[in-house]
Amino acid sequence: MFVGAVFFPLLGACVSGFLGRWLGDRVAMWSTVFFMALAAICGLLAFWQVALSGQPQTVVLFTWMQVGELSFSWSLRYDTLAAVMVGMVTLISTLIHLYSVGYMSHDATPSRFFAYLSLFTFMMLMLVTADNLVQLFFGWEGVGLASYLLIGYWYEKDSANAAAMKAFIVNRVGDLFFMLGMALTFFTFGSLEFDAIFGAVQDHVNDVFLGIPSLELIGVLLFLGACGKSAQLGLHTWLPDAMEGPTPVSALIHAATMVTAGVFLICRMSPVMEFAPVALAIVTVVGASTALFAATIGCVQNDIKRIIAYSTCSQLGYMFFAAGVGLYQAAMFHLFTHAFFKALLFLGAGSVIHAMSDEQDIRKMGGIWKKIPVTYAVMWIGSLALAGIPFFAGYYSKDAILEGAVAAGTGVGMYAFVCGAVAAFLTAFYSWRLLILTFHGKPRADHHTMEHVHESPLVMLVPLLLLSVGAITTGFVFAPYFIGDAATAFWNGAIYNLPAKDMMEALHHAPHWVPTLAKTVAISGILLAILIYGFLPHIPGRVAAAAPGPYRFLLNKWYFDELYDRIFVQPARRLAVQLWQVGDARIIDGMPNGAAALAAGASRGTVRLQTGKVASYAFAMIIGLVVFVTLFLTGR
Amino acid sequence: MNWTLALPELVLALSGLAILVAGVLPRRDMTFPCTMMVLGAFLLSGAFVLTQPDGMGFGGQYISDAFARFMKVLVLAGAALALLLALDWNRAEGLSRFEYPVLVLFATLGMMVMISANDLMSLYLGLELLSLPLYVMAAFHRDNARSSEAGLKYFVLGALSSGLMLYGMSLVYGFAGTTNFAQLAQVLGGTAPISAGVVVGIVFIITGLCFKVAAVPFHMWTPDVYEGAPTSVVAYFATATKVGAIAAIVRVLAGPFGGAVDQWQQVIVLASIASMILGAFAAIGQTNIKRLMAYSWISHTGFVLMGLAVGTEAGLRGVLIYTPIYLMMSLGAFSVLVAMRRNGHAVENIQDLAGLGRTDPAMALGMAIFMFAMAGIPPLSGFFAKLYVLLPAVEAGFWLMAVVAVLSSVVSAYYYLRVVKVMYFDASTGALDARPSGVSFVLAGTGLFTMFFFLMPAPLLAAARQAVAALIG
Repeated sequence: MFVGAVFFPLLGACVSGFLGRWLGDRVAMWSTVFFMALAAICGLLAFWQVALSGQPQTVVLFTWMQVGELSFSWSLRYDTLAAVMVGMVTLISTLIHLYSVGYMSHDATPSRFFAYLSLFTFMMLMLVTADNLVQLFFGWEGVGLASYLLIGYWYEKDSANAAAMKAFIVNRVGDLFFMLGMALTFFTFGSLEFDAIFGAVQDHVNDVFLGIPSLELIGVLLFLGACGKSAQLGLHTWLPDAMEGPTPVSALIHAATMVTAGVFLICRMSPVMEFAPVALAIVTVVGASTALFAATIGCVQNDIKRIIAYSTCSQLGYMFFAAGVGLYQAAMFHLFTHAFFKALLFLGAGSVIHAMSDEQDIRKMGGIWKKIPVTYAVMWIGSLALAGIPFFAGYYSKDAILEGAVAAGTGVGMYAFVCGAVAAFLTAFYSWRLLILTFHGKPRADHHTMEHVHESPLVMLVPLLLLSVGAITTGFVFAPYFIGDAATAFWNGAIYNLPAKDMMEALHHAPHWVPTLAKTVAISGILLAILIYGFLPHIPGRVAAAAPGPYRFLLNKWYFDELYDRIFVQPARRLAVQLWQVGDARIIDGMPNGAAALAAGASRGTVRLQTGKVASYAFAMIIGLVVFVTLFLTGR
Repeated sequence: MNWTLALPELVLALSGLAILVAGVLPRRDMTFPCTMMVLGAFLLSGAFVLTQPDGMGFGGQYISDAFARFMKVLVLAGAALALLLALDWNRAEGLSRFEYPVLVLFATLGMMVMISANDLMSLYLGLELLSLPLYVMAAFHRDNARSSEAGLKYFVLGALSSGLMLYGMSLVYGFAGTTNFAQLAQVLGGTAPISAGVVVGIVFIITGLCFKVAAVPFHMWTPDVYEGAPTSVVAYFATATKVGAIAAIVRVLAGPFGGAVDQWQQVIVLASIASMILGAFAAIGQTNIKRLMAYSWISHTGFVLMGLAVGTEAGLRGVLIYTPIYLMMSLGAFSVLVAMRRNGHAVENIQDLAGLGRTDPAMALGMAIFMFAMAGIPPLSGFFAKLYVLLPAVEAGFWLMAVVAVLSSVVSAYYYLRVVKVMYFDASTGALDARPSGVSFVLAGTGLFTMFFFLMPAPLLAAARQAVAALIG
């Protein structure tokens, strides 16, 4: 069961990837879905047994490598943290697989797509069940690879290739820090096994590396690594571009896998992070800033998937600052609920795109809610959950995070709260902007497209409906376990909180005005969006015209891409061009070319000596003799 | 007098005379029987060589030691295989005369005398006995202007070199008072300064020997003779006679003149460097594959002389390992050259090999092996040959020579690989005629040796070590 949850997707990937051509597309597709379903059943059972019945365990597969003192094995570590992730990832991935069967039905090579999709899931499962940092890194890199393959799935599109490369390269930057963090961890603890590290944290609190406390440095490095995967401010640029992949990929990357890896890593390392207060403060500030920053951009984007992408970015910020103030439980809870409603939103958006004949610009939509009522309804549910409206899933987790930020009682906590509250307002605003522009008002698409608007097939609607159920219920069903009264038994020591801080206790004593405020900003954001886009459609244009600077600033995503282009890409390119034209073409190529020309010349010269005349040959011999005699007599 | 010591040579000489008689008397064409008889004589002589005891005979004129036996076996093997190659070629070209195997026999006899020489007189005797049949053989295709020209050129230049050598011998005799190798070694190895007359004499002798091994600047006859002479003759020139020439120069320089190593080292280094460079560069522009092989040999000469110039035991051992490996590669390559025949006519341009990879994969594979081996690419035998002369040079501090050797190896790899490229990547201009069975035999034998030498090099290394020990005592 524990092994099955992880390895069934790999099996599916192999079957579809290697035998897909032979089996035919339909069989390949359904076989991956079948294996994913098996994995999901295993995953849910594991979740039940580990998290709800409190029986964590570790399954050792075999020893991976042994180099001096460094030794680690492949093993699956099932504690509550891993079980939550495994259950969630397998379930959502199964739904996405199912959805893809409908969505990718017109594609040329669906077996390849499903193989990638299953591989991606496998790598993520490998990551979350890792028992040591190296195995985690294997999954980490595997996810990076699979995301590259999936984002660039439509490889004949230039933009898809560019986006895939961007995702990979930006992730590599983060990976570099992760590797440094790993190296320092090994240097400090002499081991990369989690148990060994966590057991020895107390002994190394006062270690210093290069004048900086080791644990702080490890915390910061691992966080920078997490920034790459989880698209935090600075390394977020790949996430919106990743929308070039097919929509189910976006859903998988953004909801359940990949981007959550960073949050997971911080929670996994909680025993270390708890002893690194400065690193946690950095996590908090960066997370809170990302939450706000991404939300501002979300308000002006026009591509339906990009809006949702920025909202992911922003929600990840919430998770990070929750972890930063010490509420790993709340971070995991938000990760959990977010997975459901974000998958729902993405798949819903995919359904819209499908209906609109692959149109993604919300300015060219509108007035289609009557034609696709189911999609319309699930988008509402997803948006309500995202905005944190009471009794939907997002409400419980987001409230907990905002309360926690205040309850932390620190300066960075307050900063996080303010950012979070403003971001909550903006989130509600852009969610309804999206809803209204997409579904209401006059149709802005051309006649031809409008005629073709149709509800998606059943195979796509079933996952949507199931996810809606999740988006509504996961909040109040699981709140007691994740952050409520049953939390201690539920987590069972998988997450470590410094007893002195005891954030779980502080959470319950947060001021009462916080949830009220959260609800207020969310609802006012909704109302504002309805007011502006529903009844006064000329206002946005006028606002944009009145403040062209800020508008362009937001529309161009704070000019991050341009900045990176100027600072990193162009100098690197100039250097490369120099090395190529001067270093390679002129010097390195020049040497062999010159040598070849020299050889050819020498050859011509020596051949000319060979005149064919006996006299000249004899002459040469005599000259040679004279030279030899001279040498002999002078050399004595 | 212990005349049985020279049994291999005596057997060869007597069977040569007998075969001559057997060839003249009957009225029909005796080429094939004569060839077979000569091969038999080689075999018999080889058997006697292997059982020959150490010793000196004929008043100190003749010596039998491990070095002589090692070289004689190589010479006999080379001569026999070259003769095998010549059989079909001569028949196809209308050169089928029984004198040819007899000439080969006497030339080989001359080489054996030269190898066993322990006196300047017997050395010269052997050398002339070798040279005279060679002049005739070069012009063997007497109706062909190019063949006659080659024979004449070879004769004129050969006579010049023989004259120089003889003059040098007389100088040495005049100043040192002896022509015996052992006594010369004693005189030159002493503490007394060597007189200028002896030194000049040594230079003249070296000149003559360098002409035989075709070292720069006494190489100029090689390309012209190789191109003009019949391919079957060139196959003999390029294999067996080279072994004899190497044996002679090694015997003379390491034996009687071993004490004067400081005197001649410089000259040999110069000749070695010049040979390697010229061999590498001049071959690039060649289109005739026989000329290419001529320059290729000049380049190999440079390597051989490199081992000799080092003068140490390791260097000489390198030479003795180089020689058989070269012999095999060269025989293999010439077996392909001999088989180059289209519609009954011999062809000898590199371009004529185009598409051989498809029309005759086995032969192309063999040729590719020989070319790669000559270029010195591991794990083929040619790599070890170069390695064993290069290492002593580096160890003894001959940096310039070693660097030139490596660089010239790189340059020469170009024209060797060009042959491979032409065979495998150029469009075929028509298949070659089916190769005769003699060619297939030689090709397979030498190819297997070249390919798998690295599996068990020990016997050859041991034999070479023994031979060197006998040479320098």
